[in-house]
Amino acid sequence: MRTNLKLIALMSGVALMAACAKKEELPPPPPPAPAPAPVEAPKPVDTGPVTPAVVPGSLQDMINTVGSDRVFFAYDSYVLDADARATLDKEAAWLKQYPALKVAIEGHCDERGTREYNLALGDRRANAVRSYLIAQGVDGGRISTISYGKERPEVLGSDEESWSKNRRGVTVLQGASS
Amino acid sequence: MKRLLLSIFALLLTSAQPAWAVLKIDITGGAVQPMPVAVPSFPAVAPITTQFGTASELGRQVAQVVSADLERSGLFRVIDPRAFTTTVQVGDVQRPQFPAWRTVAAQALVTGYTQVNADGSLLVACYVYDVFGEEEIGRNGFTARSPRDWRRAAHKCADFVYSKITGEKGYFDSRIVYIAETGSKKNRIKRLAIMDQDGANHQYLTAGQTLVLTPRFSPTQQQITYMSYFQNRPRVFIYDLPRGRQELLGDFPNMSFAPRFAPDGNSVVMSLSQAGNAEIFTMDLRTRQLRQLTRSPAIDTAPSYSPDGSKIVFESDRGGTQQLYVMNADGSNPQRISFDRNNARAKYGTPVWSPRGDLIAFTKMSEGKFRIGVMRPDGSGERLLTDAWQDEGPTWSPNGRVILFFRSEKYGPGGTGGGSSLWSIDLTGQNERRIATPQDASDPAWSPLLP
Repeated sequence: MRTNLKLIALMSGVALMAACAKKEELPPPPPPAPAPAPVEAPKPVDTGPVTPAVVPGSLQDMINTVGSDRVFFAYDSYVLDADARATLDKEAAWLKQYPALKVAIEGHCDERGTREYNLALGDRRANAVRSYLIAQGVDGGRISTISYGKERPEVLGSDEESWSKNRRGVTVLQGASS
Repeated sequence: MKRLLLSIFALLLTSAQPAWAVLKIDITGGAVQPMPVAVPSFPAVAPITTQFGTASELGRQVAQVVSADLERSGLFRVIDPRAFTTTVQVGDVQRPQFPAWRTVAAQALVTGYTQVNADGSLLVACYVYDVFGEEEIGRNGFTARSPRDWRRAAHKCADFVYSKITGEKGYFDSRIVYIAETGSKKNRIKRLAIMDQDGANHQYLTAGQTLVLTPRFSPTQQQITYMSYFQNRPRVFIYDLPRGRQELLGDFPNMSFAPRFAPDGNSVVMSLSQAGNAEIFTMDLRTRQLRQLTRSPAIDTAPSYSPDGSKIVFESDRGGTQQLYVMNADGSNPQRISFDRNNARAKYGTPVWSPRGDLIAFTKMSEGKFRIGVMRPDGSGERLLTDAWQDEGPTWSPNGRVILFFRSEKYGPGGTGGGSSLWSIDLTGQNERRIATPQDASDPAWSPLLP
């Protein structure tokens, strides 16, 4: 299940890139169209070349290398656990390969906090990710943060499984700075 | 015509006061038995046609708006007009057929007439009677500069009735700003919307391209402060209603959010984020001077002034979990006021000081639910008013007797449900009603009484 999701993320990487590049514009882009069924795709692996023509420095490239574009948090917490730190270690290494790339860290929350509190909590989460990346040697000037509080859930559900996927910090590539 | 208007005010000045003590609803206690009231159509003094309808059509609609206002308050039971045994002619307004109103068991009679003046303005004359005492309780005239504004004259009439019978100010001539929600719940389109307190005259203030949240009315101006994600930079803005203009309030390096006006309308209190730490600041709207009120590594947000401007209630997790604190308006002496001695895991947020100053409304998070409650400013007397999956974000009626909030549904299987809507509850906790909106709705804020 998880690998399938990853595969979909891989295949729609280019579409996501396009969506992200548009983010400066209004309105927010619609969610990416569901990727076509993974008919003849090879069994996904975490690293290594998967599809032909992975653009270096692209979201697809980052996900191939890092394994994910996001880290997850416990309820009402902004502490980076061991999984999150391992992901961000790889992300920092990857980001250092592409020093011209700028990223925005989105902080998100589940629905179990009030509106303003969740904006603050999402801000804390985004800044926890940013601080960690800086500590790993990524130039802070490349990393902006934005909190969405509970405004942009990834999964629509009122259960722990959904909540756990919504409490996240997501790295969004914003293109080259030069 | 002018003479008639003058005579109303002259009579008002001389009308005897003690009568209203006879017919009185005490809304300071617990649940009340709604008072049966008859509100027959207001006749027209002359059969004049305006572009908004004839004077008598307007009179019929005025009675309907007054009826709906009184009914929604929960303090009145409006008698079905089909039960009436008489209709009101202009001559009956000052000399009601009391026996006919007794037969339908009306305790109070609200009557009046409409009159289109020579200058095109509309007068709504509003009379309140004690049916059993056969006594006048009060009368007043409300002039709308154009018949287009007949609804406001009707709301003012309802406010007059409310104040005559409860002894407290009304709240019907007021508006609600809120966030209208459409589209996928993963990527909600949120628009600023405004409507009369009864849902009429609904209009959108923003087009929905930009995410907007937490609008709050100015207590003194036709202005709203809110948060917008304009150009992906979440910041506090001010929307000027007469000019329809939006203005960024301070170009801060990081997120600014949770804005609310001070009671004098001259400053906005809000949270500014600095490296993931939210602190509370005030900004003077005339000098744009910024002043920091909190200094803690915790989340400090959702500030709300006491009506005299001397104190601020806010939420903070400085003690480990989200709780309510009251501090002086200069930031000194913060004291925690929310405690649930039976449930250490309960959290409290979104505090809002009542315009009367006597209570603070809040969202309590416990037992997997969000509920709306009130407590005194020292934290005593906590009382929960609602009980649903997620009730959040209270806002007070101008008279501090009714609270609006938004209710979110739990998601069902496959991501169904999860909608949100506006509701009102009065302080008895008995009179809970949904406020109809064209789409899903959240983050309501009640205006002061209109000028």
